[in-house]
Amino acid sequence: MIELKKISKSYQIGQNKLEVLKSLDLSIAQGEFVSIMGPSGSGKSTLLNIMGILDDYDAGEYILSDTLIKNLSQKKAAYYRNQFLGFVFQSFNLLHFKNAMENVALPLYYQKVNRKKRNEIALEYLDRVGLKDWAEHTPSEMSGGQQQRVAIARALIGKPKVIFADEPTGALDTQTSNEVMDLFKEVNKEGITIIIVTHEDEISEMTDRVIRLRDGVIESYGY
Amino acid sequence: MFDIDKWQEIFASISRHKLRTALTAFGVFWGIFMLMLLLGAGDGMEKGVTNMFRGMSKNAAFVWTRKTTLAYKGMQPGRRYYINEDDIRFLKKNVSEIEYICPRLNLVGEFAIYHGDKMGSFEVNGDAPDYIRVESRKFIKGRYLNELDIAEKRKVAVIGKRVAELLFEESEPIVNQYIDIKGTYFKVIGVVKSLKTGEQVGDDEQSIHIPYTTAQQMNNWGNNIGWFAFTVPPTKNVAVVTDKIHRFLAERHKVSPDDKDALGSWNTQKEFGQFQGVFTGINLFTWAVGIGTLIAGIVGVSNIMLVAVKERTREFGLRKALGATPSSIISLVIQESVLLTAVAGYIGLVVAVGLIEGVSRLMDTFNVQLEYFANPTINFQAAIVATTILIITGAIAGLIPASQAAMIKPIEALRAN
Repeated sequence: MIELKKISKSYQIGQNKLEVLKSLDLSIAQGEFVSIMGPSGSGKSTLLNIMGILDDYDAGEYILSDTLIKNLSQKKAAYYRNQFLGFVFQSFNLLHFKNAMENVALPLYYQKVNRKKRNEIALEYLDRVGLKDWAEHTPSEMSGGQQQRVAIARALIGKPKVIFADEPTGALDTQTSNEVMDLFKEVNKEGITIIIVTHEDEISEMTDRVIRLRDGVIESYGY
Repeated sequence: MFDIDKWQEIFASISRHKLRTALTAFGVFWGIFMLMLLLGAGDGMEKGVTNMFRGMSKNAAFVWTRKTTLAYKGMQPGRRYYINEDDIRFLKKNVSEIEYICPRLNLVGEFAIYHGDKMGSFEVNGDAPDYIRVESRKFIKGRYLNELDIAEKRKVAVIGKRVAELLFEESEPIVNQYIDIKGTYFKVIGVVKSLKTGEQVGDDEQSIHIPYTTAQQMNNWGNNIGWFAFTVPPTKNVAVVTDKIHRFLAERHKVSPDDKDALGSWNTQKEFGQFQGVFTGINLFTWAVGIGTLIAGIVGVSNIMLVAVKERTREFGLRKALGATPSSIISLVIQESVLLTAVAGYIGLVVAVGLIEGVSRLMDTFNVQLEYFANPTINFQAAIVATTILIITGAIAGLIPASQAAMIKPIEALRAN
């Protein structure tokens, strides 16, 4: 599903060039449930951004679902993100002026699905994460755990092949963290690849494979 | 394509910051409002000035003689000469461009005009029937002079409205009554009202017209006249015809063809042309000032949209992560900007038109007659142009913020805070 070959990425900070990823190789198969761990500054967020087509890389090759992802136009990148990928963020990133159902339906808007249809589908997905009764509520009326579940429903609605989650439990307590992880496990059982970036051992222990990153290289592939 | 979702997004975004939106919109509102008000005022002035000449033919000239200033064919300068009826006949025959030509003269001397025990002092003009075509007037009663009046040197008079008010009681019939001019009784055959506005009305309505032949007789001038007026068809140039007439008259009266000062003339076409030039200038100035004000408003919109885009960085980043293309984000921002400017501008347009119509109606209701201002309106074309400008400028105002929004990178927007 995901093939990274000698990926390099550096940032220019003033006069200094900061190498974040150093010729990194990684492959993740379809249906895997993976976590990426590493201390801050190890490059895990950058890696996730590259895999999520949210950021470019300087050298190497990234193949996602047999498609070379390199130097894409913004339009093309948006298309692939919409078709193949789902995202879950630490701070949920729901639009506060939209209710839960509309938030979940947003990816379908960019697939040009009509309003009635996409709200219908959004309700199904809200049902799946156990929040059907909260469809009309805005994010500010919901708890952190509920918001994250709405975000997961939003990630799922586009029928992605891969879901990327950046510290998805970073803002949640243990109880709700576990609920969110259970939800990911369920989703994974349906064959969707899940990649979670975290620095919490309890979270990574719940995944099938832990990839450890240090100083821009992979320390352990977790096999 | 009408995208209801996009419009909902736009309304949501606008209504989240009501005060800010209102203040920004005010800039655009003010710009259009001022532009329209200036245009309306310009129009009112133009109409006012045009009204001052209403009734006056726009392609007429008046020609009179003065003393010669050059010696010619053995005659000294400073000689006085007079236009006569033969000149008029000659010109009518030989200058084909002339449409109407009307001899005129004033009744000379100091005299008062009586009717019963009332009296007044008015200007008495000897006129030809066609004069009504040079300077038209509205008839309240009766008729104007006709050819028989001229041929028979009848003692008939057409009087101005003010003359009638001063010499007759309100209940009197006026027409077919007699007035005493210099000891001769004239039968009143008509009462006229001026079509002009301002000071000129007074002059028009305080004068009396009698057949020019009768006036010649009373002045004891033989067949001499004072001056004459003529008109040409609208396609002809009055100044050119006037020059031609000058040449003929100079020849007939043995005046040097180079003696430009020996004949005087006044040309309405030239006068109107000058006014038109002034109003073209005012109009240009109005648009320049108005559009300047509008640009200030548009810059305000652009500025606020930039702030709004900055504020929504996270939202745009998220949208991009979920599959929004740069063009969808650009169109979202531009449509918001266009909506804001179009609505604000439209309100400005409506308020300005309302105000101007109100002024116009009030002027009608209270019959306000100002010399340089009358019934302002905004023409439809100007409104269409303004609307087009609004939409285009709205799009321009949104352009920079929109491209900023489109350049937002999803990762920067979504970096956990």
